[in-house]
Amino acid sequence: MAKRIDIEDLDIYYGDFKAVEGVNLSIEPKSVTAFIGPSGCGKSTVLRSLNRMHEVIPGAYTEGKILLEGDDIYAPDVDPVNVRGTIGMVFQRPNPFPTMSIYDNVVAGLKLDRAKGKGKNLDDVVEKSLKGANLWEEVKDRLSRPGAGLSGGQQQRLCIARAIAVEPQVLLMDEPASALDPISTLAIEDLVHELKRNYTIVIVTHNMQQAARVSDTTAFFNLASIGQPGRLVESGPTETIFTSPVERATEDYISGRFG
Amino acid sequence: MSLAEKDAEVLEGLSSQLAMRSLPRLGTLYSALIGAALTAVIVLLTPAAGIAGSVVIWYLMYMLVQTVWSFRVEGRRFAVNRLVTTVVWTTFLIALSALVWILISVTIRGLSAFSWDFLTGTMRNVSPLREGGGLLHALVGTLEQVGMAALIAVPISILVAIYLVEYGQGRLALFVTFFVDVMTGVPSIVAGLFIYTFWVLTFGFERSGFAASLALTILMIPVIVRSTEEMLKIVPNDLREASYALGVPKWKTIVRIVIPTAFGGIVTGVMLSIARVAGETAPLLLTTFLSQSMNPNLFTGAQASVPTFIWDQISSGTPASIDRAWAGALVLIVVVVFFYGLARLVARLTAPARQ
Amino acid sequence: MSTDLKPLDAPTPRVQGSSVRLGDRIFSSLTRGAGIFVLVLMAAIGAFLVWKAIPAFQNNTGNFFTTQEWFPDANPPFFGIAALAFGTAVSSVIAMIIAVPIAIGTALFIAFFASRRASTSLGFVIDVLAAVPSIIYGLWGLQVLMNHMEGITRWLNDYLGFIPIFNNEIGIYTKSIFIASVVLAIMILPTISALSREVFLQVPRDHREASLALGATRWEMIRMAVLPFGRPGVISATMLGLGRALGETIAVALILSAAFEINWHITEPGGNTFAANIALKWNEAGPIGLSALVASGLILFIITLVVNMIARAIIAKHKEFSGANS
Repeated sequence: MAKRIDIEDLDIYYGDFKAVEGVNLSIEPKSVTAFIGPSGCGKSTVLRSLNRMHEVIPGAYTEGKILLEGDDIYAPDVDPVNVRGTIGMVFQRPNPFPTMSIYDNVVAGLKLDRAKGKGKNLDDVVEKSLKGANLWEEVKDRLSRPGAGLSGGQQQRLCIARAIAVEPQVLLMDEPASALDPISTLAIEDLVHELKRNYTIVIVTHNMQQAARVSDTTAFFNLASIGQPGRLVESGPTETIFTSPVERATEDYISGRFG
Repeated sequence: MSLAEKDAEVLEGLSSQLAMRSLPRLGTLYSALIGAALTAVIVLLTPAAGIAGSVVIWYLMYMLVQTVWSFRVEGRRFAVNRLVTTVVWTTFLIALSALVWILISVTIRGLSAFSWDFLTGTMRNVSPLREGGGLLHALVGTLEQVGMAALIAVPISILVAIYLVEYGQGRLALFVTFFVDVMTGVPSIVAGLFIYTFWVLTFGFERSGFAASLALTILMIPVIVRSTEEMLKIVPNDLREASYALGVPKWKTIVRIVIPTAFGGIVTGVMLSIARVAGETAPLLLTTFLSQSMNPNLFTGAQASVPTFIWDQISSGTPASIDRAWAGALVLIVVVVFFYGLARLVARLTAPARQ
Repeated sequence: MSTDLKPLDAPTPRVQGSSVRLGDRIFSSLTRGAGIFVLVLMAAIGAFLVWKAIPAFQNNTGNFFTTQEWFPDANPPFFGIAALAFGTAVSSVIAMIIAVPIAIGTALFIAFFASRRASTSLGFVIDVLAAVPSIIYGLWGLQVLMNHMEGITRWLNDYLGFIPIFNNEIGIYTKSIFIASVVLAIMILPTISALSREVFLQVPRDHREASLALGATRWEMIRMAVLPFGRPGVISATMLGLGRALGETIAVALILSAAFEINWHITEPGGNTFAANIALKWNEAGPIGLSALVASGLILFIITLVVNMIARAIIAKHKEFSGANS
């Protein structure tokens, strides 16, 4: 479990429009990497390209390589379905399936791929995943209730449980706490700390303090100017980025001069 | 076999553990061809099928071949996905071909009998056996009948909608909305039957274009009420609040602010109901006498309308009449589609900016 | 959406201007009057039809519900709606069996399988076809489709004839309930498809993306996120299509050669429905005959009403589970 990702010369296009240009980045296994930057700079776009979710939008494509422990996820004989079964994602707004119970939500991913679910006791998986998401104690007595009946923070932890139930190699999180209240946010951040023991985590956040609290490595994205593609400006250990960044733009963003 | 050899065997030709084998790009085509071969064998062995039957067998064979092939190569999940995709495509093509067939029939047969005379003439003095004649009298009839129905139905419906949305509280509103619901379920023939027994037989009025309008009104009211309700509900409360804050009385707020805001949507709803009602035949059969000549008087005498004209021509049954029926059908479709398209255009042009 | 909340009421004006109050009173009375008018109208329609139908029940020597023959103007009157009910039910059910799967498949296709541009134009075409008047379907069914149906119905008789409904003992394949059902199916197809498509397109993007992110194929996404969410809407669309099929008059009247009997060999000519019967018999009906037609019309009305109510109830019951709140 927990693999490394190497991004090489990545360009992302939406039709004719180049949204992101020339990203080179290494993401270490069992660590948390944060993508920060002003809105529209491409950080979510890059995140989505890591599990080929941007292809949901018609006309979107990439050039360059994204290697998962050496395997190119954009190779012609790789189907996005298989990539997404290996690289999981948690979204900004909690989105448990409303017609399913909590139990069914957690095992939703497993039920898709019988090979993964083979030989596994689903009850054990549910318990393990919900514990891994720090949600077990709160819902263990009402697993058959609808998933949508929980509070926002609980729903998000349910989505995390759902994502880790399939034992992904990497977990992508697109601003997972931005729709939540401060207490739930802290709960999520604590969870991320625990999860990194077993998963490679990439988290997009517009909250710099969150990035500083949570991540080992930080990557700062920015636009050269309006209409230009987004670029990776600088990346490195979180402490370095926040205390002594190399690029001027990074320093300006960190100190709040823009963004 | 060592682990490394096993891995190598699995990875043969694949780029990585993530990759998978899949059907070649033209897999669909190959499946179709293999399916055709199998079909030929089956058809030769069992002479049961005609052309249509052979096509069905070919289709089934193609699905079978593709699904089994995909199952072996790509695995169960992708095979099922392919199968579903094929089925969905098929249902779409069936639906499309049926509907296209109808449109083409109407267009070709209708055009062949169509002429300028058809649009400007009537059936006066034209015997059913003869060619020629036209439906101008029917067009005028439809225009008047539907127009009168709209004239009656629209103001009443809008007022009812305003009542339900802006004023209705309590039991009366519940009853009214319930009965509007009930009204949506009135079959068109029953509406015609009601007007015939009520207006014509019991009250002694004659069968006329106006009687038809009354029947159409019954059909239009619930539709316009519901669509107007929806449009009024979409108007944000902020607008009403702002108006009240300025001291504008409620009725003026509704008339001067709410309705103009919802106007585009209301017009769209009205036009859609007109389009629907213009093609109704059943109620008109019971409430009007079909005329062969022009009668612009809505209130007395026999008056034709486009749907009853078509019905009448079909009933005549002669080749010339059937031709006229197709031409009439073409005209009717054009009218209905025109109104429908206009309604959609109005909707698009007047839609408030979406958030 | 706060469709249950009433829009704000106007605050009571501080300055009690009499003209203001008058304007408000007139207007609200006007709208309330319109509401009452519609209420009274509908009640009157119902009451009048019931009143008109009574002579039929009083004078009938047959059993209204089980008799197949239709001789209301004979002496004594002898009639019943059994054949009509049979024809209506069978034609509607067969129409639904044919139309619903194709309509849902088409809706799924336009929503999830077609390209963006194709789906808007195709959607528009289907919407327009839902507005095409039924007389045109009737004309086409009579003049075009009927000539092509012999092949398939003969095949059904030859190879599946051991099943009673496909058995044809007469050897004539035109003007049958089966053909009428097929035409009905094509007629209600656009309606069901257009409404279902709207439902499918309303599935929140979040849920679709959530299932894709778990590694679902397109069909698995549809099965996981779209169909459960859209089920009540699709059922409601189906009910509306059923309502249209039940009340369809003209197309059926043109195609069927009216016969008052319950005949399970649906590919043989003959059959009748409530609506078509009214259209065909009203002109020559005597007083009891007319009363009988009104009675049958009432039955049809009630059936359609029940179907509509069920559709509405399904929507209302599932609103909480639709996840529309999220």
